[in-house]
Amino acid sequence: MTDLLSRRSASSTQRVSRWTPSSAVGTSAGAVLIVALAALPYLINLATIYAMIDLFVLLILASTWNLLAGFGGMVSVGQQAYIGLGAYSLVTLADLLGVNVFLAIPIAAIVSALVAIPVSYLAFRLVGGYFAVGTWVIAEVFRLVTIQIPQVGGGAGVSISAMSGFPRDLRIAVGYWVALVCVVVVVGSCVLLVRSRFGLALTALRDDPTAAATSGVNVDASKRLVYLISAAGAGVAGTLIAISTLRVQPSGVYDVQWSAFMIFMVVIGGVGTLEGPIIGAVIFWLLKQALAEYGSAYLIGLGILGVLFVLFARRGIWGLVSRRGRVDLFPVGYRLRLPDQTRRKQ
Amino acid sequence: MSIVNAVIQGILLGGLYALFAAGLSLMFGVMRLVNLAHGAFAVLAAYGALLIVRTGALNPIAALLIIVPAMAVLGFVVQRFILQRTLGTSPLPALLVTFGLSIIIENTLLLTVTADQQRLNLGSFDTAAIALPGGIRIGAFPLAVFVFALVVLALLSLVLSRTQYGRLVRAVSDDPGTVQLNGADPKLIYGFAAAIAFGLVAVAGVASGVQTSFSPSSGSLFLIFAFEAVIIGGLGSLWGTMLGAVVLGIAQTVGAAIAPAQQILIGHLVFLVFLAFLPGGITRQKALR
Amino acid sequence: MLEISGLSAAYGQLTAIRDISLTVESGGILAVIGANGAGKSTLLKTIAGQLKATTGSIRFDGADVTALSTHERARRGIVLVPEGRRLFGSLTVHENLQIALSAKRSGVWSLESVYELFPLVAERRRRRAGDLSGGEQQATAIARALIANPAVLLLDEVSLGLAPAIVGQLYDRLPLILEQGTAILLVEQDVAQARRVSDEVHCLLQGRTSLAGKDLDLADISRAYFGAEATA
Repeated sequence: MTDLLSRRSASSTQRVSRWTPSSAVGTSAGAVLIVALAALPYLINLATIYAMIDLFVLLILASTWNLLAGFGGMVSVGQQAYIGLGAYSLVTLADLLGVNVFLAIPIAAIVSALVAIPVSYLAFRLVGGYFAVGTWVIAEVFRLVTIQIPQVGGGAGVSISAMSGFPRDLRIAVGYWVALVCVVVVVGSCVLLVRSRFGLALTALRDDPTAAATSGVNVDASKRLVYLISAAGAGVAGTLIAISTLRVQPSGVYDVQWSAFMIFMVVIGGVGTLEGPIIGAVIFWLLKQALAEYGSAYLIGLGILGVLFVLFARRGIWGLVSRRGRVDLFPVGYRLRLPDQTRRKQ
Repeated sequence: MSIVNAVIQGILLGGLYALFAAGLSLMFGVMRLVNLAHGAFAVLAAYGALLIVRTGALNPIAALLIIVPAMAVLGFVVQRFILQRTLGTSPLPALLVTFGLSIIIENTLLLTVTADQQRLNLGSFDTAAIALPGGIRIGAFPLAVFVFALVVLALLSLVLSRTQYGRLVRAVSDDPGTVQLNGADPKLIYGFAAAIAFGLVAVAGVASGVQTSFSPSSGSLFLIFAFEAVIIGGLGSLWGTMLGAVVLGIAQTVGAAIAPAQQILIGHLVFLVFLAFLPGGITRQKALR
Repeated sequence: MLEISGLSAAYGQLTAIRDISLTVESGGILAVIGANGAGKSTLLKTIAGQLKATTGSIRFDGADVTALSTHERARRGIVLVPEGRRLFGSLTVHENLQIALSAKRSGVWSLESVYELFPLVAERRRRRAGDLSGGEQQATAIARALIANPAVLLLDEVSLGLAPAIVGQLYDRLPLILEQGTAILLVEQDVAQARRVSDEVHCLLQGRTSLAGKDLDLADISRAYFGAEATA
């Protein structure tokens, strides 16, 4: 990132590039992957497709939680507030107000972000660990308020009828495509955000808030924007959960376990990188497919693994992979290329 | 009169919450660490007491004589060998590790002692009460917990202000590097602070287990109540924490009197009101006193 | 008593001191001089244990202490008065001094004898350390270090940010400290001030020893202090 200074003064013999061979490969492979994923429902069985929706939800949650903690420096254990809000917004919009269910998804995301504005003013009065517990309390308030509302089923929850127009197979495939679009939009937004000037400001903010503030980064506004984007992301994840499971229950969508999962994915993959949460989400999803039936023992295993990663491999799997040479799958850094030298690494 | 009764019950409940909150507050004050497993450790202590009560001939109060030292040792070990590694400029590692610990503890308990609600029994002391005019009854046990909380906080406050250890705690909270220059090991100071905090949370867990039922997943509410008491009271002040705990207790009991079964939500809302309008808490002190 | 040989230390990749060797005799005094950024404070931090040595060794009373942690060195009698005083602002002056009792070293220095050495500190003993003036803070910081009964007292830039009269008063105390058998290794930018208390000086330039010895010529010192080109 220090190479940024030379961006303007770069002469014809040296240039600054955001791309590395690995990030070029990574990005093109990503494009191919998206096309392949879109064709998947024609190729494999529906049970797998159904499980893939879960993976997409996890990808969205991991990416947005990472944005919050890894780039915004805010450890939240209350993002389930927006998962629940997104799910209940979808139910309200699609079933109670008759809004088209696909249109309801972006609206639910916007609702989540809007609600996050006043919440952020409360939560931001706390920092560090107390911020974490504060967000948890707020999520609990969301849950306790939701169960007071009989229109959405109170504590028992509510079933969704908006998707009942589709036959079962098509419904799962449509759910899958919608989730694919959502994951591409959300993860893509995270990449673009981190790549932007704003992303640079965020990185500065995370590394040294005081220095960032004196360099003209508006600390509060930047953190708030990250918080809103993460809330919108969690809201989208909530809508996808609602669409795929067809039932929304307060004890499910507002479960603090979502936060545990988000933290696990990001920690395992590598906090503060774009690649890390994606790797973490895939690993977590595979573990879940294989081991979730073991219930508590599985969760104990996740907890131990997570703790060990924080203690001994703080940069996660991606940190271990990219330690020697810098490997980026996304073109987000800046690299100076000098004509007479081999590639300079940051 | 029912409101007066609710207020009195709330004050007594505040004593219990103060015991929960004091350990959280102490660990934050000394090592700037928010222990997200604080509630889980309280539950662990309650189950420990339950185990002793069931196997031995001890009652829950006598079981404290084993549980409190055991938890204190556990606190020292957890701090020294796990949490110490997470301390640094970023609060992230400590949060992630303590959250992980809470999940490990909760699920280990679920596997070993099932999700059933449990309760610690004190026999006749459970129901003993002092009757006051106007139909107000003060439970002997909640009153004992309240008095105990006051005594413990007074002792802790005395230790912090008068002893060499207390001075070291306050100094290390100012500047650990310079404490080391003066020949004291911050890691040891942290270890003892964690031991005290875990001892306190053990008492809180057992007391709560006598007053109400508990299960492996009770830890999150214990943590949340402790946290709300600390924030309402104001960071860095032990007596503020006591006051915050009493405010939270009153909010819950009065809330229950007004809207039955909504006491926890009302407690949260009162906390949010404090956060919105009095973010520094009732007492705002920089130093730990 | 304190023998430093071939000592280097770095902040990350940046080497701040390189191959420094010096000796402080029991009860003796040595002044390390040098310009801003010459590595003086880094040297003291490395000796005290706040910074890890990358190469070289620190021997103290015949034992190698290079691998010991800061508080273990303090308990053996290597006590640093850090740059910027670093008092515990929320503690009283008296409590600040009491903190150093944790070094658990006995000797001539006690709360009474230290208060006697610094009457001003004794006067302010009930005040919060954060409320003191710069000079009072510096005196308190030295007093606090003495409570640990150092065998060698490391003084980092006593004069920094203080009025000359106050610096003079503080320096007047140093011979009294030496009289009690406490050795002093002090770091100073002000050459005249350093020479006033120590015949022997050790001059650093850009992290290396540029000159060292007793009763040196001022012109030589000035050349070693600023670098040869600057005085040419």
